Amino acid sequence: MTLGNYFGNIYKGLKSLAAGMRLTGLYFVRRGDSLTQEYPENRESLKLAERFRGEVVMPHNESNEHRCTGCTACELACPNGSIKILTKFVVNEEGKKKKAIDTFVYHLDTCTMCNLCIVACPTDAIIMANNFEHSVFDRTKLLKVLNKPESKIMTGVE
Amino acid sequence: MILSIYNFTSLTDKFHGFLSAHLSDGIVLATELIVTGLLVITFVAVLAMVLIYLERKVAAYMQLRLGPNRVGIYGTGQVVADVLKLVLKEGITPDGADKLMFNLAPYVVLSTCMMALAPIAFGNGLVLWDLNIGVLYITSITSLGVIGILIAGWSSNNKYSMLGAMRSGAQIVSYELSAGLCIISIVVLSGSMQISDIVNSQADGWWIFKGHIPVIIAFVIFIIAATAELNRAPFDLAEAESELTAGFHTEYSGMKFAMFFLAEYINMFVLCAMAATLFLGGWMPFHIGHWTAFNNVMDYIPSPLWFFGKTFFIIFIIMWFRWTFPRLRVDQLLDLEWKYLLPISMVNLLAIALMNILGWHF
Repeated sequence: MTLGNYFGNIYKGLKSLAAGMRLTGLYFVRRGDSLTQEYPENRESLKLAERFRGEVVMPHNESNEHRCTGCTACELACPNGSIKILTKFVVNEEGKKKKAIDTFVYHLDTCTMCNLCIVACPTDAIIMANNFEHSVFDRTKLLKVLNKPESKIMTGVE
Repeated sequence: MILSIYNFTSLTDKFHGFLSAHLSDGIVLATELIVTGLLVITFVAVLAMVLIYLERKVAAYMQLRLGPNRVGIYGTGQVVADVLKLVLKEGITPDGADKLMFNLAPYVVLSTCMMALAPIAFGNGLVLWDLNIGVLYITSITSLGVIGILIAGWSSNNKYSMLGAMRSGAQIVSYELSAGLCIISIVVLSGSMQISDIVNSQADGWWIFKGHIPVIIAFVIFIIAATAELNRAPFDLAEAESELTAGFHTEYSGMKFAMFFLAEYINMFVLCAMAATLFLGGWMPFHIGHWTAFNNVMDYIPSPLWFFGKTFFIIFIIMWFRWTFPRLRVDQLLDLEWKYLLPISMVNLLAIALMNILGWHF
């Protein structure tokens, strides 16, 4: 190691340390950058990432129609059996018998939010919602039926 | 020039006079010892709480968080709650541990670091024991703390504790060298090891301003060595959470753990107070040479305020280090000390001695 190297190392070391301290010093001074959200107080203005996985929901449109065909791909994809689909046969306008969902049972109490059902769904019928306030006193309340009563499959979704 | 600053010896003399007028000599001494002991314990407890709160807040702000903010005003009650929790918790002694040594270690660590508070001047005349080798006393007492750490690591009968204690020993022993050389450089300049003399020698300007670049280098090296001696990040190999769970105090819980924690923060205060006393003038207000008017204005700020201001400034810098730098490896740690800090501080000491002989400083 030459003497030039020796002092060069000291200079480089001090320079990089100063760069790090400059950044944390800036963070310390600029308070507005804080990432913490004071949750119970800011419940109304809470900002969550769009991809945050709170629970599985099935969106319905205005005329109470969903996109679920009852193919049970999500039920098969679910690693711990949190989804159970009960199907029925309905007669459509053309007089043909067709498979449709009767009840889409979703166990929120065992769901691990792994997102595999959402990936498996061929018709994008279910999505992950941002809602995370699931605390209840009775765990049977976590047994949810995702399709609304009297809902039908959207026309054109096969 | 110094006469205009309030001298706390008049207060202590008054107290002493009041006691001797009513009691015999022996009882006066006993009372004074008890009063000072209680004052030190109260001071240590309050100081540790303030430092823990400060550390958590500084850490939070540097990591874009808010820190404790629920208990009490701005989270100040959080520290009290934590202390209460630690006091009430059960202190478990492991079955395989050396019982006597295991229970002795926290007391050794805490008592050594409290002894180091004795010669520190908190204000003009506000000092417990102004002995003529004050600086030497502090360095020797703070190095005794490592014995307590080694006892704790050995007696826990736990590989993590043992490794942590050994690392801590190696680290403190090696960094004490360069810290000592930096202290000696100021002793050379002020010509005394007594804390009051060192402070008074800075009445016409602090050493960091009077001593040109060599003293600034000594200051930087002292801060680095002090951080290493305190076992704080980036030199926290002794308690590296990710490798050794908690190092030498892995097996400790409750009040015994709290005593290690307390000792750590008191040690931090002692070393930062040392740095403030040696380089930034201790309780000495900011004086510029012989600008009498300016110096007199500065004297209106009470001396303890100056002392605590400077000490907390250095404590903030050390906290800043902790929350910025990643931990060093053992080889890097020893490299830094033996290849960089020690040679530089040796050459630096020679430069300062030369500067002092030739009278180049102000």
